[in-house]
Amino acid sequence: MKSEHLYNYILGIADNSLILGQRLGELCGHGPSLETDIAGTNISLDLIGQTRSYYQYAAKISGENKTEDDIAFLRLERHYKNVLLVEQPNTHFGYVMGRQYLFDVFHLLLLQELQFSKDETLAAIAKKGIKEVSYHKRFSGDWIKRLGDGTPESTAKMQEAIDDLWPYTQELFDMTAADTAMAQKGIGVDVSKLKESYYKEVTDLCELATLKVPQIAYFSRGGKKGVHSEHMGYLLADLQYMQRTYPNMQW
Amino acid sequence: MSNEQIKNLEEIFEARIARDEKIEAKDWMPEKYRKTHIRQISQHAHSEIVGMLPEGNWISRAPSLRRKAALLAKVQDEAGHGLYLYSACETLGISREELYQQLHSGKAKYSSIFNYPTLTWADMGAVGWLVDGAAIINQVPLCNTSFGPYARAMVRVCKEESFHQRQGFEIMLKLCNGSKEQKDMAQDALNRWWWPSLMMLGPTDAESVHTEQSMKWKLKRKSNDDLRQQFIDQTVPQADLLGLTIPDPDLKFNKQTGSYDFGAIDWDEFWQVVKGHGPCNKQRISARVAAWDNGAWVRDAAMAHASKKQAIKVKIAI
Repeated sequence: MKSEHLYNYILGIADNSLILGQRLGELCGHGPSLETDIAGTNISLDLIGQTRSYYQYAAKISGENKTEDDIAFLRLERHYKNVLLVEQPNTHFGYVMGRQYLFDVFHLLLLQELQFSKDETLAAIAKKGIKEVSYHKRFSGDWIKRLGDGTPESTAKMQEAIDDLWPYTQELFDMTAADTAMAQKGIGVDVSKLKESYYKEVTDLCELATLKVPQIAYFSRGGKKGVHSEHMGYLLADLQYMQRTYPNMQW
Repeated sequence: MSNEQIKNLEEIFEARIARDEKIEAKDWMPEKYRKTHIRQISQHAHSEIVGMLPEGNWISRAPSLRRKAALLAKVQDEAGHGLYLYSACETLGISREELYQQLHSGKAKYSSIFNYPTLTWADMGAVGWLVDGAAIINQVPLCNTSFGPYARAMVRVCKEESFHQRQGFEIMLKLCNGSKEQKDMAQDALNRWWWPSLMMLGPTDAESVHTEQSMKWKLKRKSNDDLRQQFIDQTVPQADLLGLTIPDPDLKFNKQTGSYDFGAIDWDEFWQVVKGHGPCNKQRISARVAAWDNGAWVRDAAMAHASKKQAIKVKIAI
């Protein structure tokens, strides 16, 4: 392999898009309104599109004759590098928007840096993604405001979602070995430096949405190292079903 | 308005339709025209959004990223069709909430085909190829129907449906060029979807209650039986190309008519499904009702938030 760190770095970014895209795809046809259904599917579609660009690049540099689908579907759970936040279930629409917004803010900050990567392919994927993710963040942020500052019921539900999802936010800023190696080369982004802007933005929006920012000392992490939540196995069972049941076939 | 005045208006109205003029939402129209259009357009809109369910069923399990993206895009297109068809319907003076209520209570119908289950990946191919194929045959003539908002919506719907149909056929083609398991999967899907697809074009002309009036208003241009024949004639060569067998031992090309003769359709099954006793009728409506009911707090919040913002705006203006 040309660069193991680069390969792992790409997967570290792409797996978040894949798993979040998969989660949103589960909701297609079941949204609270036709408009939100269309928007959710649209975001899922963007994320799957981004995933494909990253995996195609990763497959190319792997030097192992891999395809994007091998990477997407044929890894063991321990080898998926997505953060715990994105694999959290679609408990209700407040969780869906909460998970989305808490990821979107990070995602946009990441891509805004990644567009200046010395790696031309990553820079190009990031540039394209910025437009899409700006829209994702606007959509999810608007919903946090509506639900947070809506009815007493919606405020309570949105607060519940933010409280439950908040502990997964710090993992976004953990540096893996691949992150460190790639950041040093000017290819990757030092995500630990995004933390301050992230919490400032998220906190400001929570205040606008009349939501309380959770004050907690303990955070959950593990996804980046492949130690996922119990939800992940079921998500992968769905995701991998066809490729596992019918190995080595073209679709 | 006197009866005579109404009669005059009706004559002018019918003459406009005869001249192929478009009727717009604000134009005068007979009450029956309005009601028939609400019924048909909403039935069409409901079919789009109920139709999202059997295909949405395979998004999380699509076998490749390319297929996953294409399926997401397809189901999203259907939601879009639902959106503009509901909008076209709303121009006739009924709200989307009322239309949903009619769907949820069982008063309004949707295409019966969506009450069949999607059991394998090949069903995504068969649904696109056959169901969208039959839908196009039904819908292309509607691009010239007399009611303007419906006709314009249908132009876009048909373009996208034809893309979906090709996409479905391409899924089948890939399976038919694949392993034995894949080809078996494709044949099994054809076996299960063939007859329901024929039924989708509606009861035989003898039993179709709406045909005559609908023909006059150009809501229908060909009879159900003619459309069905057109669908069969178009689809059989495609099945040949795939190397699949149509599950009808009586299917035979008739040199005299230049069309395929086909076996008897099980209309008992058709009516069973139409009347709500198909394999998935209950699940489909439950899923729609659940989405609507579980989303009530979200929609309420959006309304409450919008009025709060409006109140602030008014306050600033004062």
